[in-house]
Amino acid sequence: MDRRKMLGLAGAGAIGAAAAGVAGATLIDGATHPAQAADAGAAIPFYGEHQAGIVTPAQDRLHFVAFDVITDKKAELLDLLEKWTMAAARMTAGRDAGSIGAVNGTQEAAPDDTGEAIGLPPSGLTLTIGFGATLFRTAEGKDRFGIADRRPAALADLPRFAKDTLKPEISGGDICIQACAHDPQVAVHAVRNLARIGFGVVSVRWTQLGFGRTSSTSRGQVTARNLFGFKDGTANLKAEDTQLLKEQLWVQQGDGAEWMTGGSYVVTRKIRMLIETWDRTSLGEQEAIIGRSKGEGAPHGGKAEFDLPKFDAKGADGEPLIAADAHVRLSHPDANDGARLLRRGYNFVDGSDGLGRLDAGLFFIAYQRDPRKQFVPVQTRLSRQDTLNEYIRHVSSGLFACPPGIRAADDYWGRALFA
Amino acid sequence: MRTSALIAVSAGTAAALTLAGCGDSKDDATTPGAAGTSKIAVTATDTECKVEKTETTSGPVTFTISNKGAKVTEFYVYATGDRIMGEVENVAPGLSRELIVELPAGTYETACKPGMSGKGIRGGFKATGDAKPLTDDAKLAQATQDYQRYVKSQTGALIDKTTEFVTAVKGGDIEKAKTLFPIARTYWERIEPVAESFGDLDPAIDAREADLEAGQEWTGFHKIEKDLWVTKDVSKSGPTADKLLADVKTIVDKANTVQLSPLNLANGAKELLDEVATGKITGEEDTFSHTDLWDFAANLEGSRAAIAALRPVIEEKDAALAKTLEDKFAAAQAELDKHRNGDGWKFHNELSEADLKALADSINALAEPISKVAPLVASK
Ligand code: HEM
Repeated sequence: MDRRKMLGLAGAGAIGAAAAGVAGATLIDGATHPAQAADAGAAIPFYGEHQAGIVTPAQDRLHFVAFDVITDKKAELLDLLEKWTMAAARMTAGRDAGSIGAVNGTQEAAPDDTGEAIGLPPSGLTLTIGFGATLFRTAEGKDRFGIADRRPAALADLPRFAKDTLKPEISGGDICIQACAHDPQVAVHAVRNLARIGFGVVSVRWTQLGFGRTSSTSRGQVTARNLFGFKDGTANLKAEDTQLLKEQLWVQQGDGAEWMTGGSYVVTRKIRMLIETWDRTSLGEQEAIIGRSKGEGAPHGGKAEFDLPKFDAKGADGEPLIAADAHVRLSHPDANDGARLLRRGYNFVDGSDGLGRLDAGLFFIAYQRDPRKQFVPVQTRLSRQDTLNEYIRHVSSGLFACPPGIRAADDYWGRALFA
Repeated sequence: MRTSALIAVSAGTAAALTLAGCGDSKDDATTPGAAGTSKIAVTATDTECKVEKTETTSGPVTFTISNKGAKVTEFYVYATGDRIMGEVENVAPGLSRELIVELPAGTYETACKPGMSGKGIRGGFKATGDAKPLTDDAKLAQATQDYQRYVKSQTGALIDKTTEFVTAVKGGDIEKAKTLFPIARTYWERIEPVAESFGDLDPAIDAREADLEAGQEWTGFHKIEKDLWVTKDVSKSGPTADKLLADVKTIVDKANTVQLSPLNLANGAKELLDEVATGKITGEEDTFSHTDLWDFAANLEGSRAAIAALRPVIEEKDAALAKTLEDKFAAAQAELDKHRNGDGWKFHNELSEADLKALADSINALAEPISKVAPLVASK
């Protein structure tokens, strides 16, 4: 059932807004104002060549979940993937998770939707699935589903980086689902219902809530800020960079595992920020560490946010304007053989840590065509040289292969992988 | 329906906007005709299945399926457990086909299957009409009788073992009382949902210290548990022990006279697993003795007994569910069996986080299908 049915006439207006939003999304360019508010309620198409939730203009909220598969039976897993795909198609369209709905079934039955999204619009919900290395072969070396030989070479375990303080219990996982929406309740509802549908086949390993986007993935969006107070996403790979997306984001035919063509690899890093010490750092030092101004977000030596950084520019003192160990210099494609990432991270505050500090940080998410050539070299450099490291700790890590999109209802998540 | 309109907009077909709100509309084509059949249009594409109306009156219903997609499609109407009420296959792109099905009052699912594979694009569907009164189904009556016999056997043992336990407590035999504690509780935990229906007696027998309000008197098993394991002094426990036995006897009398309904069995089976999930896995039930796994095992057995009684009914209405339940019960039991220790079980505090997570997973895996038993039992 349609969870907004009960809104009656209010729906008519919202349809108009939704129509405007959809049209707007394609027309807007970097110069005009983003239509965020206008289309925040609209649905993002679930079906398509690529999965939604990657180049989709980054929504405001995140609920990310990683599952362990707890069955050894392939048929059970495939059945779940099929059920999940149906539920995802429904929920992203603003419908209940199940076909009966939260309040439409019989009195005796537990509803097939949990109900907290009743009356809420689709809210730009996207659900993006990824498969972790342990799905192909468990940590104990077992090929549970006969797909070990289908593991793409690009899904190679990430190396240990300098200063990693990873907690295994909130890292990894066999399957991940990224739920992004403009309304946190809608994102949480989606994850909760998928977890419920999965009982007996998968078990929640860890989840992460993100309360605000730190990135922008399209030129139509205002650049948001991370919890260090800096604009984040300025030099990001964006939806409009069609040619770059081919080269840097989407897996191409011939890259390796055929089932991944049109897909992308996602790296997640939960990065705790030691915000208290950062906040005691002078503005000048903060800006030097990042390599951009805090207010405008302009690279040192530039005036406006989108001015290109000039890495060889020197100040009167003969020192480079953008320091040798500035974050944007170290992570820039020039320093990394042209490698780029589509960053799609979220701010988090998971309460406090018992020592009087906020347990806050950045849940870093980055999509790319091949992590071995992109995330790994960039993070290797950052982990060794970035001054930012004094203020951050990487506490969790994940790497997942996100297959291409679902084009029609007879397809389902993972079908090509298991075919 | 607002959502179908939304999808239509994003797909770029403005014409579909006219369908907005049709879920509730009463247009001519959808009201029962002279022959008493409702006619419902279904528009299928490769990614959508628009059923013009999702509710109708019970009786014969005609679905007209038009395939506007690029793939050959099929259309199904399912009852609970994916029982097929009717289907049309091979609807080629551009064509329309009709399906006439007789639908008694109830909830159903409709499904288009573009490409003729998979579970299809499902939608909820309801047929309303005079619900026939619950006929005295012979199988259900039998199930209830079987389960009541089970309750009787358990309550007998409950009185016996509680009597032994109480005697040991009053005799000051702490070691014996400690051994008997989880055993007496086993019979209690197997039938707890039945017992719980007698409001004030359940807390008198089974309240935990943390459940009490300020000033409330604490009696029952867990009070004595604390005396045995923490205070290690039962010299003053006599009156509590006597009251426990008296309360148990009262509840047993009630349990054996109450008339249960098949729904009580189904819901009881689920509630027992909820008990496991909330109390036993966390170790909250037996905080002093850590004998939670005895209670866990008993809850599981009790749940299984209720489902076993209903088995013929489940088997008949949804054989796949019957099979799933059997598998998941076996899996949960196997997970629990890893923690056997002699005739009994390991203590809760001997289990690792990973052990507990595996147990929790097995209970979740079982509880979801069990929650489907009650509506199945209620369905005709
Ligand atoms: C808490 C940790 C981090 C913070 C606070 C942070 C902050 C920033 C900021 C403020 C910018 C400049 C604005 C922009 O272009 O988006 C930036 C750029 C960038 N960051 Fe980070 N970042 C963090 C972690 C990482 C990590 C782990 C990576 C990858 C391994 C990374 C890769 C990049 C890249 C590729 C750029 C764009 C550089 C360019 O092309 O100019 N960042 N980051």
